[in-house]
Amino acid sequence: MTRKRRRLVVVLLSVGILGLAAALVLNAFEDSLVFFHSPSDLVEKPVPPGRTFRLGGLVEEGSYVKQGVDISFNVTDLAESIPVKYRGLVPDLFREGQGVVAEGQFDENGTFVASNVLAKHDENYMPPEVAESLKEAGHWQEQAGDE
Amino acid sequence: MAIDLHRYANPARFLRIMGAIFPWVAISTAVLLIAGLYLGLFVSPEDYQQGDTVRIMFIHVPAAWMALSIYTMMAISSAVGLIWKHPVADLSAKAAAPIGACFTFLALVTGALWGQPMWGTYWVWDARLTSVLILFFLYLGYMAIWESFDDPSKAAKAAAILVLVGVINIPIIKFSVDWWNTLHQPASVATMDGPKIHSSILIPLLVMAAAYMSLFMSLFIVRVKSEILARRLRLLQMNKLQE
Repeated sequence: MTRKRRRLVVVLLSVGILGLAAALVLNAFEDSLVFFHSPSDLVEKPVPPGRTFRLGGLVEEGSYVKQGVDISFNVTDLAESIPVKYRGLVPDLFREGQGVVAEGQFDENGTFVASNVLAKHDENYMPPEVAESLKEAGHWQEQAGDE
Repeated sequence: MAIDLHRYANPARFLRIMGAIFPWVAISTAVLLIAGLYLGLFVSPEDYQQGDTVRIMFIHVPAAWMALSIYTMMAISSAVGLIWKHPVADLSAKAAAPIGACFTFLALVTGALWGQPMWGTYWVWDARLTSVLILFFLYLGYMAIWESFDDPSKAAKAAAILVLVGVINIPIIKFSVDWWNTLHQPASVATMDGPKIHSSILIPLLVMAAAYMSLFMSLFIVRVKSEILARRLRLLQMNKLQE
């Protein structure tokens, strides 16, 4: 009985200590574990022009302009907004009001020049008719806008 | 001989119970899998954003749930095996591992196939995708440890320690989408304020989850039975050599 009790304590302690160590490591490396930075992050910790990173947020409503393969839009987190320029094709899910992650760097004017644009899907799934009736009933923002 | 009888007692009862359950889980696997695939592929509507691509989710999401659940079950079994030396515990974890690895692989592949049309890429190194890839390697490592020892009791111990070290990864996978910015979307079903999936899409998803669970039980029973029988055979052979 005592040997079993001792093994139980050793296993629980080891897993507990490992968990603590993992938590500390992950906490310390938080900045490199995030996949993208939001516009508000960039106001807090500005990134110098020429350094490559990923910028993520929503495509601002009314900001999407397309001229041939040259497109521009604003990435917003509803607090801050950053203008983005991109040359190329965008994924199917790319649209205004939807999540987006752009990889690239700032130019001297503070415009984010993207070399790659990915669409980010949110956690809401529904048939088109339901989306339509939600919009009509005016419940749309609380459904989709809690990002 | 008395010690052997004691060692056989529990596995024998375990096998009897598993044998009684088996026909039921096998039948429910067939029924639920057909129902789930039919509902998911033909009955459920397309998504307002993703169109028909949403149907990949019916294969992908339950596979990812199974990948996490099976690993958690292996960790509990391994802890029981390590602490109480229960003879069935280590074999349960061993029997579950390849099934878990297959579900993890299925989740990774279907996720990549969904990612290409939706995100615009098959793969990114975000926290969710990377931690699930690590889970897949943990499954493979666990299976490799069992193969690399001649003495099964040593293998069981080493494999159990690997699983318990790797169990740290399970909460990381689950909460990666909340703790860090990821390309992968946050949880839709297990959230604090209820599912964010319309019932017409949620129901096929849950039927598929039940089908995968039954499939796992069916495969697990077959595998754990053969593991127990193989161990009994080994013990009998060893006894014969000693005579």
